[in-house]
Amino acid sequence: MQIYLPIAEISVNAFLLLGLGGIVGILSGMFGVGGGFLITPLLFFIGIPPAVAVATGANQIVASSVSALLVHLKRKTVDLRMGSVLLAGGLVGAAGGVVIFNYLKSLGQVDLLVNLCYVIFLGIIGGLMLIESINALYKTRSGKRQPRKKHTWIQKLPFKMRFRVTGLYISVIPPLLVGAFVGLLAAIMGVGGGFIMVPAMIYLLGMPTKVVVGTSLFQIIFVAAFTTLLHATTNYTVDIVLAILLLIGGVIGAQFGTTLGTKLKAEQLRILLALLVLLVCAKLALDLLLQPSELYSIGFSS
Amino acid sequence: MMRGFGIIAATLIGFFTTAQAEESIVLGLNQSEVSISTDFTGSEIIIFGAVKRETPIPEGPDLEVVVTVSGPSKPVIVRRKEKKFGIWVNTDAVEVDRAPSFYAVASSGPLQDVLNRIEDLRYKVSVPRAIRSVGAPMSIKDSSAFTNALVRIRTTANQYQQYESGVTVDQQTLFRATVQLPAALIEGAYDTRIFLTRGGVVISQYETLIDVRKVGLERWLYNLSRNQPLIYGLLSLAIAVAAGWSASAAFSLLRR
Repeated sequence: MQIYLPIAEISVNAFLLLGLGGIVGILSGMFGVGGGFLITPLLFFIGIPPAVAVATGANQIVASSVSALLVHLKRKTVDLRMGSVLLAGGLVGAAGGVVIFNYLKSLGQVDLLVNLCYVIFLGIIGGLMLIESINALYKTRSGKRQPRKKHTWIQKLPFKMRFRVTGLYISVIPPLLVGAFVGLLAAIMGVGGGFIMVPAMIYLLGMPTKVVVGTSLFQIIFVAAFTTLLHATTNYTVDIVLAILLLIGGVIGAQFGTTLGTKLKAEQLRILLALLVLLVCAKLALDLLLQPSELYSIGFSS
Repeated sequence: MMRGFGIIAATLIGFFTTAQAEESIVLGLNQSEVSISTDFTGSEIIIFGAVKRETPIPEGPDLEVVVTVSGPSKPVIVRRKEKKFGIWVNTDAVEVDRAPSFYAVASSGPLQDVLNRIEDLRYKVSVPRAIRSVGAPMSIKDSSAFTNALVRIRTTANQYQQYESGVTVDQQTLFRATVQLPAALIEGAYDTRIFLTRGGVVISQYETLIDVRKVGLERWLYNLSRNQPLIYGLLSLAIAVAAGWSASAAFSLLRR
């Protein structure tokens, strides 16, 4: 069934979009990532103009994240306090990211820089996460449990706050910095930032994996909503029909995803996310390294 | 005063048509308007007509017909990738200041036989002529490669079409052409031109507009996004949150 999209100004298959939304929704529920790093390239691939894909992707992320967050709220696996601190940092970072993005745009190489950002960060995060989670899996198999390090330099920082759900008593400075850094990258790369946020919470803040997913979703909703509004009011690139098709698939997928996520061990979940991140990274890296079949591209002048 | 001017203009036009064309065009269209609704998957425009003449069919080469349909033009930038430091990056760029978003040319025979080069230049009929590129930066020596690439990419996307022998001419009097509008269509006035040629020279031309518009829900959403962007943005967020919430509610009911 073909549907004409009013803002993208092209006609696409409705079932294809439902399926795409569903896949991204499953991942969103399972891993607590918004799926922006997946949906945006997928939309490019089916011929949606890049500006519309980025803006509408953000809107879809809001829907699937709300769907998944509600499940996590019921299970009490969301640290609202930690989420708010991360969000505060995130909004400051996002504002800074928009400034940097516009500066790069004026230099004319923004596409390349976005792609390089993707390859570098996806590569580093995916690689580190894969190594760590394989090690952890091996250790649990052999019966030894790695004791969590209690005293790091993070413990020495001032402005301590108690995060009851997470079970942490740490300074607010690291979460604020993590939030700001993720917000910055999110604004430049046009994603919610879950794939950076989740590992950062696990490895930098030492949060338990189960709480990380819900808390990340909480933060993503606001960042993605902010991005959607920004795109709708400045670039007029949010396609509501495209968004609805994606989010019908997305919200249903997210429900299945959260159920799937509870059935897997934390280490297995991390290995899967790491593999997914590396897969996207490899695809983007190949695009940069291999000679494209068409060397020319058409863009609109401002 | 106004009236007098009107009469003069009318006589001038009358003079030109009689002096220029002993053969003129009477045109029909299967639709003068294309409505883009939610289920729009493209449209077929049939352009048909007859040649009106006061005198018998002239001796010499046969009458040929060329039809063009052109969508709204937008300036575009064509970029070329080059390998630098091991990766493919955009380097050179050429701005093309007039490139129709859609262009179809149908003719009753191979275009170079039906229309000679000078006439093509004058009326900008063939696809490469319909594009105008003012000038590439001095550093780019092969600027034609960029316009060729533009034509190639848009031809692959079915946005530029060329049908040689896409016009059928019957008894040197009746003609008919079909142009397929793709699903990815931009709103606007689509300029439709018909040329009558003999021996590669244009002897008469006719021009009309086909209005391509979004209708119904498409129209409403498009206008809302342009006129009330904040409300539009909040509406899309509200839909997103509502959808997320209802899916969650529905599934928790199912699980019980």
